[in-house]
Amino acid sequence: MKKILIAACLALCIVLAFGATAQAKTLKLAMDADPVSLDPHVQLSGGMLQYSHMVFDPLVRWTKDMQIEPRLAEKWERLDDLTMRFYLRKGVKFHSGAEFTAKDVVFTIDRLKKSQDYKALFEPFTGALAVSDYVVDLKTTKPYPLVLNMATYVFPMDSAFYTGTDEKGQPKDAIVKIGPSFALTNESGTGPYKVTFREQGVKNVFTRFADYWDKASPGNADEIVLTPIKNDATRVAALLSGDVDFIMPVPPQDYERIRKESGVQLVTMAGSRIITVQLNQKRRPEFANRKVRQAIVYAINNEGIVKKIMKGEALAAGQQGPMGFAGYDPALVPRYDLEKAKTLMKEAGFENGFSCSMIAPNNRYVNDEKIAEAIVSMLAKINIKVNLKTMPKAQYWDEFDAQAADIQMIGWHSDTEDSANYTEFLCMCPNKDTGYGQYNSGNYCNPQVDELVLDSQSETDPAKRSQILKQVERLLYDDAAYVPLHWQNLSWAGKSNLDIDPIVNVMNFPYFGDLVIK
Amino acid sequence: MFAFVIRRIIQSLFVILVIGFIGFAIKHQIGDPVRDLVGISVSKAERDALREELGLNDPFMSQYVRFMKNAVRGDLGMSFFYKKPTLKVIVKKAPATLELVFVSSLIIIFLSIPAGVYAAIRPRSWLTRFIMGASIVGVSIPVFLTAILLIYVFSVELGWLPSYGRGATVSLWGWETGLLTIDGWKHLILPSIALSSIMLPLFIRLIRSEMMEVLQSEYVKYAWAKGLAPRRVYFVHAFKNTLLPVITVGGVQLGILIAYTILTETVFQWQGMGFMFLEAVERSDTTLLVAYMMVVGVVFVAVNTMVDIIYGLVNPTVRIAGRK
Repeated sequence: MKKILIAACLALCIVLAFGATAQAKTLKLAMDADPVSLDPHVQLSGGMLQYSHMVFDPLVRWTKDMQIEPRLAEKWERLDDLTMRFYLRKGVKFHSGAEFTAKDVVFTIDRLKKSQDYKALFEPFTGALAVSDYVVDLKTTKPYPLVLNMATYVFPMDSAFYTGTDEKGQPKDAIVKIGPSFALTNESGTGPYKVTFREQGVKNVFTRFADYWDKASPGNADEIVLTPIKNDATRVAALLSGDVDFIMPVPPQDYERIRKESGVQLVTMAGSRIITVQLNQKRRPEFANRKVRQAIVYAINNEGIVKKIMKGEALAAGQQGPMGFAGYDPALVPRYDLEKAKTLMKEAGFENGFSCSMIAPNNRYVNDEKIAEAIVSMLAKINIKVNLKTMPKAQYWDEFDAQAADIQMIGWHSDTEDSANYTEFLCMCPNKDTGYGQYNSGNYCNPQVDELVLDSQSETDPAKRSQILKQVERLLYDDAAYVPLHWQNLSWAGKSNLDIDPIVNVMNFPYFGDLVIK
Repeated sequence: MFAFVIRRIIQSLFVILVIGFIGFAIKHQIGDPVRDLVGISVSKAERDALREELGLNDPFMSQYVRFMKNAVRGDLGMSFFYKKPTLKVIVKKAPATLELVFVSSLIIIFLSIPAGVYAAIRPRSWLTRFIMGASIVGVSIPVFLTAILLIYVFSVELGWLPSYGRGATVSLWGWETGLLTIDGWKHLILPSIALSSIMLPLFIRLIRSEMMEVLQSEYVKYAWAKGLAPRRVYFVHAFKNTLLPVITVGGVQLGILIAYTILTETVFQWQGMGFMFLEAVERSDTTLLVAYMMVVGVVFVAVNTMVDIIYGLVNPTVRIAGRK
């Protein structure tokens, strides 16, 4: 009896505790996954960067229209070809209470260069140099045009907090992929939210940091409760039933439902993840023929795919980088023309077609399986018989790397928010030593493209650089180096009292620190 | 008797070894855990270095021997995703699943018995026809569809019940329970109904047919002839004998019920072992997968061994049959 009484009291306490916090403004957030670690450098992924923007703050960040906005760096200037000087904000406090200074930036850059996931991105940097407490120089080995792009990934960590050893004798700044580490369960950043509770995969509570430097931020959520809800239908139901306030991502089949429902809103935006298929020239000699490749591009109605399969929630593409990117050329549009495709096949001498194999994931990109099926039927019209195999992403990437099929699907998002990145990974000549063309399973190799991309890497004049990258996109377009399909839309949904539109962006890092709850 | 018990235990140890081996063999087919640990742009050389560090490049047998050596000491490895010992992760998730199965079993027991008995006693009444018809529908609808329908009707349209999760839980000596809060019970209703929807029709039909068979037997006829009250005939003489096969089937079905939690838990974001298992498959968290299979395997083997031993005590023919 006593036990039951104690339990009842406990239950009452919990109910009361929940009642009390209801006064403060709480945002109940549901995503498909929660951060894998509290250590921002342990993995480079969308989820970890979303987390970083809540708990840490970058030196600079992207605005919605792809401009660079000052955050912990108030201003910056280029001293010479190799050096960019950042002037840091004064009076910024870490969650531990320590003052933010240049030494924390130096510490963070050093740590990034050690991280398995980030070290390649920070390869061009020799390191950071603290000139004074609030001035820091970022130095590169050669002229590098993307210093500011990379500065959006520099989320300064509290050097004092992460220095020393933990109770197990492990250094506190160790980046550990598997197993316990200090940074896995502890954080001290300068961001708008502190992590106050975390049970991985179940619930994460972020509480507004009282000493947050950005007093001008309109954000007014005192607490964010993040619950991962993996199942799409359940996530949408949780929003519609009012159990959560904000969900991301929103499955496309539910867009209409959410639009119709009163009290909730849907926000979508064209993203920068390009979905493509690659035609393997090594496995299939036919694909080495430019005309065959062109015929395939002409035969695939990617606008139709967007309209019918994606229900209009994507943008059909003719090139890799979307509008706003340095290499974007408005002239490179989708080109569906079945007659032309047939003519090209005839010219190439493959009027009677051939058969080939194709693989695609079935849980990685939006509607990936259906898109692959559509491609199969479209190619049948030019007598190319495709044997399609789809599989979950857990198995897909090994097959992809092994180049197990003649046609392979891949989507790519540029980590640098820059055009060159797509080509470096997808279309440059595969080279194990340099790492270029790592995901080029088409084995397309054009020395001219390689040369141009390498040039763009050290061209610091934006106008000239844009010209080079446009030329790259044009070459790939004319060569039909790959088949561009579309850019997936990003989507968010929430209750009507949330001001969602201003905080979302094409990187899919909603700036929750600035979220206004009316 | 002693020899029988020893033989049984040795057999079950062998079964566990085989489970471990099969689990370990298929884990290499599930996918590459390293992929899920790094971003997509990380180079192959970096991935290979990480794989080497984790010992994933060692020959299969040496990995298996290392795994078994550690397993004997109770160490089933470190989960790639949770970055914690796998046993800890599983133990933490177990209460959620057990509570769900427990409440579902209660629903099944308290609904199937009256419904089944009624249907057997009054085979021609309209209520019986309704129960039997509904049970056909219940059996044919897959559990995830039932779950989504329930969410749609009771959470989205009516707004009576929460749509996902366990709600508020209370820690009782390390056991996170949702059975002691009103919120926890509210969260339990839909998932447990969804889960019981598979077994409930099956048990109604089983009890009905068993009961009808018993009602035809000689001793029931004799009971009627003796002029006993109907209640006594139905519930003392007939029902008791109906229950024996039902309990036997129930024991087997309990395992299947646990298997179905994988679907129910996924739809309701119920943080139990089934949900954890499915996520581990998606993330190629292979150590957690193998550990889960080992734990579930050990539980099943232990329960079955115990049942066998009890059977041996009750029914000597089982023991004798085992002797050469």
